[in-house]
Amino acid sequence: MSTRTSQDPGPSGADSTSALLEVDELTVTFGPKSKRPVHAVDGVSFSVRPGEVVGLVGESGSGKSVTSLAIMGLLPQRGVRVGGSVRFEGRELVGASQQTLTDMRGRDMAMVFQDPMSSLNPVLPIGLQVTEVLRRHTDLDREGARAEAEDLLRRVGIPDPRRRLKDYPHQLSGGMRQRALIAIALACKPRLLIADEPTTALDVTIQAQVLELLRKLVTDTGTAMIMITHDLGVVAGLCDDVNVMYSGRVVETAGRQELFGVPRHRYTEGLLASIPRMDAPRGQPLRPIPGTPRDTISWSRACAFAPRCPVVDDDCLVPDLELTPDRERRFHLHRCVHPADVPAAVRTTQETP
Amino acid sequence: MSVLPPPPSGSAESVEPMTIDDLVGHVGHDDERGVSLWRGAWRRLRRNPSAIIGAALMGLFILVALFAPLIAGHEPGQPIANSGVTPSSVPGPSEEYPWGLDSTGVDLQTQIVFGARQSLLIGVVSTSLGLSVGATIGLLAGGFGGKVDLIVMRFVDILLSIPSLLLAVSIAAILGQSQTSVMIAIGAAQVPIFARLLRGSLLQQRASDYVLASWSLGLRRRTVVMNHMLPNSLGPVIVQATLTLATAIIEVAALSFLGLGDPNPSAAEWGRMLVQAQNRLQSDPHLALLPGICIAVTALGFTLFGEALREALDPKSRR
Repeated sequence: MSTRTSQDPGPSGADSTSALLEVDELTVTFGPKSKRPVHAVDGVSFSVRPGEVVGLVGESGSGKSVTSLAIMGLLPQRGVRVGGSVRFEGRELVGASQQTLTDMRGRDMAMVFQDPMSSLNPVLPIGLQVTEVLRRHTDLDREGARAEAEDLLRRVGIPDPRRRLKDYPHQLSGGMRQRALIAIALACKPRLLIADEPTTALDVTIQAQVLELLRKLVTDTGTAMIMITHDLGVVAGLCDDVNVMYSGRVVETAGRQELFGVPRHRYTEGLLASIPRMDAPRGQPLRPIPGTPRDTISWSRACAFAPRCPVVDDDCLVPDLELTPDRERRFHLHRCVHPADVPAAVRTTQETP
Repeated sequence: MSVLPPPPSGSAESVEPMTIDDLVGHVGHDDERGVSLWRGAWRRLRRNPSAIIGAALMGLFILVALFAPLIAGHEPGQPIANSGVTPSSVPGPSEEYPWGLDSTGVDLQTQIVFGARQSLLIGVVSTSLGLSVGATIGLLAGGFGGKVDLIVMRFVDILLSIPSLLLAVSIAAILGQSQTSVMIAIGAAQVPIFARLLRGSLLQQRASDYVLASWSLGLRRRTVVMNHMLPNSLGPVIVQATLTLATAIIEVAALSFLGLGDPNPSAAEWGRMLVQAQNRLQSDPHLALLPGICIAVTALGFTLFGEALREALDPKSRR
């Protein structure tokens, strides 16, 4: 599972280099020992190779963000237990010292957050926030850092970067701020970038620009990226591999084309069905997944999606359902008793190559 | 939904039904989106009449204090020979002494004017003292947390449980009668207030997105606390300093009144003037009234301005 290769090779998918990041059976548990703990992340495994974009998709509360914070070691230390293993270039991060993690953060791996309005310090100029990171992790002097910061802002598409360095966050538009955040995250050329819903706070046109920018930066620099999103449109445009999460576990994992072409898990199927389509007849209502992510049962008793599943029956009440490979596709895994059928048309077209 | 700004973090769970006032409030909020915290605060401050009145009173007080020698016309604390002060009366207004003399035979106007200087000096020095020590403690506790936080804050809690004037009186009594001891006493009484305020403010920042973002960049704790959290936490502390200055001026007067201030009997100090006027309340009430009014008006000016500043800086109390 950890050395899975995609059927849909990404920009650098052709080379079979070893994984940059391997997440293996990662668990995150909240709550004091005396009370019944909450399993926010419950045995998540995936790997990211250099230059690859891996998507983590799911509704709010499915454990996407907690997974990313656990990888970065940013979860609070009190009341949180992290289990399993996260290896960055073979180096174990779970249980590593804060000093090690602090040195790695920003230099080896960085993160772009959801809300550009609140993720920049309102009282410091943009330039300072960029140079600060550069001076922390590189040997650049004040002047060198300033020049590099200017260059970074130019690379992320901020016009007139020299002047912008002196601007405060409130003087930039939302899209600009997100670009500035991306510039800060990429300042020290990290090999792994975690983007936590980087486009949710932006309007649609700016979303497209920011995604295009991220895609370009990834292909140019060979940075690996974990894209956390609930927007399947983002996944379709950017990701090589996709992990669909539900209630703290991965329920389906596949290459992008596989996932969109032949979704097997009923949850993925539901997510895809709830997207408005350009080619659908006018006036046709959307088909949302009934219920909310809170209508769940513990994985240790049955499939957590069962209460919302359209095809649920008694067979679904299996404790700790396994993530199983698809019968025909080794790298398409799903966690479902009654997987969606592969339409005949897709079957023929998908199997020829 | 798109019209409304996202609710402030932390209050997301408690969804209350909106009223029309909330909507109006939100419109104003959206309006000021593109303006920085400080510039927005400045704009709100200028629109607030009580801020203007407070600033005017403060300005008057500071001007009088600064230019005391030019305004007064006489030396402070110098009794005039053959002044005509008797146990039952003081000389009334005359051409040379427009407000008359006080019970020690010093020009009343000069004393009042120099009293402003004295109050400002003690107020500013003691508040700076309280602010710097309190802020340092608060910074250690709130920025670095852990055991330091626990120990320091329990100590501060003990200090806070003692009424500040009582604390100041005891410290002044221990240190002896001098102007310096008054400053130290008043400053010490303010330490716990500033320490708690800054700590709370820092703790609030610790949960914010940009602090998480700073951690995610591998910045050192020192950088995150000093460069990111501290500048964002200073607003309430600055407001508190303005308000505390008003209390300090009253406390200076109170300590002098209790006989813990400067031992010189004719020192130009409003609180001392009140004490001396006590015996002559029947015959010459103006000796007590004038310094009393000065204390009240100055304290009012600082308080009005401080309150207005707090309202301007606090997004929740925006009207």
